[in-house]
Amino acid sequence: MEPVARLDNNHELTLKEFPFLIKWRDDRCKRCGRCTAVCPMFSITPAVIAKRVVSSSGATPTPHVERQVVTVIKQSTNIGNYCTGCATCSLVCPNEAIEPEYNPNNKFLIHKNAAGGAYTRGGRRNDPLVSTLDRLKFTRISMLTDPALDAGRHEFRIRTYLGRILPAEELPVKFVNGSGEMDASGGKFIPPVREIYPVMIGSMSVGALSPTMWEGLAMGITYLNEVEGMPVVMCSGEGGMPLRLLKSRFVKYFIPQIASGYFGWDEIIRAIPHMVEDPCAIEIKYGQGAKPGDGGLLMAHKVLKLISEIRGVPQGVDLPSPPTHQTKYSIEEAVAKMIQSMSMAWGFRVPVYPKISGTRTAKAVLNNLVRNPFAAGLSIDGEDGGTGAAYNVSMDKMGHPIASNLRDCYLDLVKQGKQNELPLIAAGGVGKKGNLAANAAALIMLGASAVSIGKYIMQAAAGCLGDENNRCNVCNIGRCPRGITTQDPKLYRRLDVDKVAMRVVEVYKALDTELKKIFAPLGRSTELPIGMSDAISADDPAIAERLNISYVC
Amino acid sequence: MCRLSAITAKDYFSPVENILTLETMKEGHDGSGMGLILKDLGGEFESLKDKPVLSGICSDAGLAALNRYMDAAGFTLVHTWTPKIKPVRGITARDNYFARVYDYPKGINDLSLDKKEALLLKTRLTLRKMGESDESIIVFSFYPDVVTLKEVGDPLELCEFFGLDDSTLKAKIIFAQGRQNTNYAINLYACHPFFIQGFGSMTNGENTAFVPIREFLASRGFPGYIGYNSDSEVFTHILHYAARGLNYPLHYYKDIITPLKPTEIDKRPDKAFVGHLKKSLRPLCIDGPNCVIGFAPDGTCFMVQDSKKLRPGVVGGKKGKISLVSEECGLNRAVPDRDANKDIFPMRYDMVIVSPGAEEVKVWNQLQGWTTTMN
Repeated sequence: MEPVARLDNNHELTLKEFPFLIKWRDDRCKRCGRCTAVCPMFSITPAVIAKRVVSSSGATPTPHVERQVVTVIKQSTNIGNYCTGCATCSLVCPNEAIEPEYNPNNKFLIHKNAAGGAYTRGGRRNDPLVSTLDRLKFTRISMLTDPALDAGRHEFRIRTYLGRILPAEELPVKFVNGSGEMDASGGKFIPPVREIYPVMIGSMSVGALSPTMWEGLAMGITYLNEVEGMPVVMCSGEGGMPLRLLKSRFVKYFIPQIASGYFGWDEIIRAIPHMVEDPCAIEIKYGQGAKPGDGGLLMAHKVLKLISEIRGVPQGVDLPSPPTHQTKYSIEEAVAKMIQSMSMAWGFRVPVYPKISGTRTAKAVLNNLVRNPFAAGLSIDGEDGGTGAAYNVSMDKMGHPIASNLRDCYLDLVKQGKQNELPLIAAGGVGKKGNLAANAAALIMLGASAVSIGKYIMQAAAGCLGDENNRCNVCNIGRCPRGITTQDPKLYRRLDVDKVAMRVVEVYKALDTELKKIFAPLGRSTELPIGMSDAISADDPAIAERLNISYVC
Repeated sequence: MCRLSAITAKDYFSPVENILTLETMKEGHDGSGMGLILKDLGGEFESLKDKPVLSGICSDAGLAALNRYMDAAGFTLVHTWTPKIKPVRGITARDNYFARVYDYPKGINDLSLDKKEALLLKTRLTLRKMGESDESIIVFSFYPDVVTLKEVGDPLELCEFFGLDDSTLKAKIIFAQGRQNTNYAINLYACHPFFIQGFGSMTNGENTAFVPIREFLASRGFPGYIGYNSDSEVFTHILHYAARGLNYPLHYYKDIITPLKPTEIDKRPDKAFVGHLKKSLRPLCIDGPNCVIGFAPDGTCFMVQDSKKLRPGVVGGKKGKISLVSEECGLNRAVPDRDANKDIFPMRYDMVIVSPGAEEVKVWNQLQGWTTTMN
C-alpha cells in the first residue's frame, strides 16, 4: 500500500468523473496550439511533462534511454473547466489529433455545485430518449378509396391563422340580393387575424443571440416572405428589436415579445408613431417551457453597446427578468388588461397572445383566454424547449411535455366548440431528433394551429453544437464556440450572417416539401389538417390512450 | 365508389326510375346497400303534405315500443305505408318497414315551423336512441312530405324486395344511392342519402377531412348533429348548418366546403364576407374526393364537387325533369330525350343549382358568378 501521505490530492477529481474525455494523439499533434486557443471552457491547456524516451539508431538495436521535456495537451480536472464536448478543438485541428469522447459513467452533476453554486447552463432538457412526438406516425394513407394527392404536382395551401377568429354566428353580416356584406353598423369588433406559415421561429432575443445570428434569422424569414412567398414569421424574444427594423416595412414579419422585464419596450413604444407597418402580432411571455417559473436572464458580459441601446439599459449589467410580471394580479383582470393595453397600442389591429410554459394548469389559462375577446391565441411551450440560460434543475426536471398538454387543451376547446376560435401554438422539442416536418405535422393533427421552433433552427442554420447529452450547452457564458449566443465580436464573426439566412431559407423550403409529402397521402391540401387525429397513431398503447388516438403495432 | 341518382321533376314519378338509373351505373356499387329519399310526395301521401312522416324499420318489439312512445308524446297515427315485401334471395327481411303519417300532438299545429321541426327532430333522436343498441328501432326521417327507405342489398333486388314497381309511391324529388361500402361496417345509419330538417344530401367518394368536420359540427350544440356512421353525413349537416343555422344563401355552401385562396377572394364583389367566412368556417373545408348532390327544403337541388380530386358528377335533362347523377350513362337512362349537349359537368369552382320543379338550371361559379343554362 502507498502511504496516505502520497495521496495529497485526495479531493481532486479524476477525469473519469467528467462527461467528456479528450482523446489526444501525440503522434499526430504538431503543437500548433489552435485547440487550446479555441476551447471555450479552457478545458485543455498546453503543458510540459518530463518523459522517459527510449530510442535507437544505427544498423543494430542500441537502445538508448533519455529523459526529455515534451509539450502535451492536458485536460483540466477543475470542474469549472469541464470539457463540454463541443469539439471545437477537433474543428480547428489540422491533423485530426484531438476529439472529445462522451463518458457515460461520468459523475458530473454530483460535482457541479462547487462553492455552493447550483449548476446553470443553456440549451435544453438533457434527455436523449425518443420524445412522444417521435412515437407518432401517420397511418391514414389514401390510395384506392380516396386518391392520394401528388406532393410534387398538386397545389397545397400550407397556411394557418394567427389571431382570434369570430364564430360564424357572431360575424356581422347581411345579405343584399343574395350576396353577403359585412355590416359595420353595429360596431362589432372583428379581431385581427394573420395568415401565416404554420411553423414559426420562436422567441429568441437579440442579446441571447448574437447580432449575426439574430440578423441572419431575420434576413432569412424576410427572404422567405418577399421572394419565396412563404409567410414565415419570427418572434423577437424579450429584449426589443433593432430600431431600423421596427421602422421598416419588414416589421410585419415579426412578433415583438413583451416579457416580465419589459426590456426593449421603451424603444418599441417610441417607435410606434414611426412604424410604416404593424407587426405580425405581439407575444406576452408568461412562461418558458425550458425553465418554468424562471424569467429571462442576460448576463452582464453579454450586455454590450448594441444590446444596451436596443434594450434601453446601461452596458455591462446583469439583466434578470422577474419570474413573473410584477403587475400581474390575476388572469381575469391583470392579464386581460395587458392584452388589451397591447392591443390598444396598435389600435386593435394586431393580434396579442400569451405564451406559457407547458403545465397541468394550461387548461385553466386557456379557459380564461377563451372568455377574453381580445386574446388572439395561446402559445404553449413544452419541457423540451430551449433557453439561453437557466438552472440545470429547471431545465431537466421542471415542465410538461407538449404533446398531452396541447391535446388536452385542444380537446377542451372542441368540447366547448371553440376549436377554431382560439389558435393554439405548440412548441418545445419540435424537431428534437431532426424530424421537423413530422413533429410539426403531428402537433397540428393533435390540435395545434401552428408550431414554434428554436433549437432546430439554431442547429440547422448555424450549426449549434448542443445536444441532449449535455454537449456544449454553454449558451449562458457568452463564449458560444459557433458565435450563436455570444456578444463577443471575435466569436460572432465566426458566423456568416448571409449563410445563416440562406440556411433558414433552405430549411423552410425542405420543410415545405416534407409537409406536402405528409399531407398528400393523407389527402389534405386545401386547409391545414388541424385536429385530424384519425391520421396519426402511436406505437405505444399508453401514449395512444392518453392522446386519444389509435395504437398501432 | 357509391353511385348517385337524383331526379327532380314537375310531375310525380316512381323511384323505380332512380333505381334503373343506378342499375345502369351498376359497375360502381357492390350492392352493400341502397338509400332512397322521396320528397314532395304524391300518391297516397299527396293529401297529407303538412303532416310529418316517420320513416324507419322496426322489429316487432321495437314497433310496440315506438307506438307506446308516440302515443305518450301525443302523436296520432293517421296513415301507414308499408312496402309489400317479396322474398328475394340474399336479402334478409326485417319485421317492419314503414312510412307512418302522424298528426301533431294537440297545440303543436299552431306553432311555428321552427318549433314543429325542433319537436320532430327531438322525437326522431329519442326513437333512434331507444332502438340503437339492439337495432329494434331504426328511424331515418320524421318530417312532412318526406319518405326515406334504406336497406342492405343490391338496388334492383331491393326494388323487387320492396315491391316498388307495383307501389303507388311517387314523388317529385327522389334521391337514390347505391352503396359501395368502404371504410365502415354496413350499417343502415351509414347509408346515404342523409336527411335533417328539410335538407338532404348524398355523396360519392371519401371525406378525408371527416374528423375535424365531425368535431366541429358535433360541438355546435345542435342536437341533430350526431351519428356520423358515415363520413358523408357531415355534408348534409354542413348544408343544414349553413342554410338553416347561419341563414346563408344556398350558394355559400360551396364557399364553405371549398374555400377560395385569398388572391381569388380578392376578386369577389363579396370579398369581405367571403374572407371572414373562410376563416370562421375553416374546419368545414373538405378535401375530397367528393361529389355532393343535395336538396333544400324548398325543393331546390344542387350538385357540387370538391376543389381538387373531383368525383364524377353530371347534371342534365329537360325543362320539367332534371337528373343529377354520378355517371353520364345514368343520365342517359334517367332522361334519354334530353339535349345531351347541354349536360353540365361541374368543375372545382361550380355549383349547379336546379330550381324546384326543374324549371331552371343555373351554375354558380365561385370566380365568375351566375350563369343560367336552362330556363
